[in-house]
Amino acid sequence: MQLVLFFIFGGLCAAAALNLLLTRHPINSALSLIVVMTSLAVLYLTLGAEFLAAAQVIVYSGAIMVLFTFVIMLLNAGEEVRTRGSRAAYLVGVPGVAALFSLLTFVFLSQGNHLGKSTLANPATLYDLSAVLFRDLLLPFEVTSVLILIAILGAVALARKEH
Amino acid sequence: MNQVPDILRILPEVILTLAGVAVMMIEAVLHQNTSRRPLGWLAVGSVAAAFWASMAQFQMAPGTGFHGVVQTDSFSAFFHVLICGIVLVCCLIALDCMPERGENMGEFFALVLFGAVGMVLMSSAVELLLVFIALEISSISTYILAGFRKHSVKGPESSLKYFLLGSFATAFFLYGVALVFGATGTTNIREIAATLATTPMPAFPVIALAMMLIGIGFKVSAAPFQVWTPDVYEGAPSPVVALMSTAPKAAAFAVLLRLTYAVFPLLHVQWSSLLWLMAALSMTVGNLAALRQQNVKRMLAYSSIAHAGYLLVAFSAPSSEGIAAASFYAVAYAAMNVGIFAVVSHVGGYDDHLNSISDYRGVAYRSPLMGAVLAFFLISLIGIPFTGGFFGKFYVFAAALHAGAIWLAIIGLLNSGIAAYYYLRLLTTVYTRHAEDSAEPNIAPLSIPIVLALLLTVGSTLVLGIMPGRVLYAARWAASSVVPPTAAPTEIVVAPLQPAR
Repeated sequence: MQLVLFFIFGGLCAAAALNLLLTRHPINSALSLIVVMTSLAVLYLTLGAEFLAAAQVIVYSGAIMVLFTFVIMLLNAGEEVRTRGSRAAYLVGVPGVAALFSLLTFVFLSQGNHLGKSTLANPATLYDLSAVLFRDLLLPFEVTSVLILIAILGAVALARKEH
Repeated sequence: MNQVPDILRILPEVILTLAGVAVMMIEAVLHQNTSRRPLGWLAVGSVAAAFWASMAQFQMAPGTGFHGVVQTDSFSAFFHVLICGIVLVCCLIALDCMPERGENMGEFFALVLFGAVGMVLMSSAVELLLVFIALEISSISTYILAGFRKHSVKGPESSLKYFLLGSFATAFFLYGVALVFGATGTTNIREIAATLATTPMPAFPVIALAMMLIGIGFKVSAAPFQVWTPDVYEGAPSPVVALMSTAPKAAAFAVLLRLTYAVFPLLHVQWSSLLWLMAALSMTVGNLAALRQQNVKRMLAYSSIAHAGYLLVAFSAPSSEGIAAASFYAVAYAAMNVGIFAVVSHVGGYDDHLNSISDYRGVAYRSPLMGAVLAFFLISLIGIPFTGGFFGKFYVFAAALHAGAIWLAIIGLLNSGIAAYYYLRLLTTVYTRHAEDSAEPNIAPLSIPIVLALLLTVGSTLVLGIMPGRVLYAARWAASSVVPPTAAPTEIVVAPLQPAR
């Protein structure tokens, strides 16, 4: 059952990710991204991370993607124009990606049994998750607020009209 | 077992964050026409406080805080002091040359302060997640600062290029972190080292380390990841270039030193050969390309690529000597490079009205002080004795020679010879009398901040060149705290710092 779900949603996720890259219209890319996010949520669910799956749906597929599509529609972004630069990117990028993909596949297939493992308490409760997030990794969590503050400050500084 | 309160372990970061928030809030309530310069002085004062707090960390008992996420030891304190010093001088440079109107000066200082938080955290983080977040903080603030001259053509180009390529590189770093997590099941640097020391060595850590090297190689602008550097430096305001050519690089080198020597000592053969290649490429590409530049900032951009290469030479040496040489070089490079950009931003101005080498003709006659200081920093960049640049190169190449990397040292020395040519070309131009018929270069009068900035940079470059003993001692001490000198790479002891559950 889990394997079947994995193949269905893993395949869906990969296909949507490819579609995201290949379509020319930004809105199609954004919609494919929603599919990617939602199938990832299902994969989390099959791995037993219920809370993460719910958060993924609410935060990514919900809030962030709504904002994404909203901005694209607000800007009325049209179809991308193919330039010479992006053709060069195909010539270099596609072999690069292929090489990286085959390298990683080879390593995963041949040495997958050497992987490390990390488990929260079994079954993982919300309590265990928050112990990691708000106790062990409290500082990274708090420091993220500085990161977000910088992004806001930068957006204001760059977008403000001169007086 | 951990008597030092956690908050003291991140005191410099806390000071910088609070100051950043304060600058941001005050800027918002100030009247539109009020001068923003006091905010700059507030930033300078708080960075000085953070500098002092970092100095105090040398005295602190080494250990970790916040459940093993940050580690304060002499290594992190060393880089804290260095980064705070750089940021301090860069704030002074900005105070000198930023125009009063038309620029978001308050936001500028707030972004510098927040960026400094990221850079300082990078050097003390021992948790890859925190390293990543700190790296993002430092990068995003520099992306924005690079595009601060919105109305120039090159400003937005610089910012956008830096942002796109930088995000691409950070993605590589993150992928590496993910693979390390996959291989070991943890993102804590000490636990990773311990796990890797006990498990058979599959290919995962090698690929993960390679990915992280790509990400960091971009941040320190080492070849072949250097393509962005000249364009970004040309378009960014000079005070920002002074900052981003030194402080984020020093922080990235701190991460690289910890990663290579403390986390992956078992992969020494693999990473040292990769870094050998990067060092040789960076030095050669940087210096050869700098020969052909007509724009001063582009020339200095290629020179900074070459200097990243010199620093990477130190990685060919075994732990204690390599880390000490690299740390010392980071200080020497920072002092002279911030110094030369202080001169460039004072002479060339915030808007770069003097930008090509020929524009610098006769600067020494117009302003003898600026000419002399520029000459001093160029001499230091060449690596002539009695300057910091000489001892920096000396220790790096000595470390490489002791480790048997003779070819790398030869490539480095040849490159120093090539580099002398373009530095001397700028030097002779500065001291060439101006043709009678053309207008003299217009140089702003000296102000208090620039005098302070020049005093600090010239002073530290001189001290490093004449009495390097204390800094060298600190660098060796720092090295010993990353990898205890007695411990062989295979028996890295993992301190009993598992967070209590």
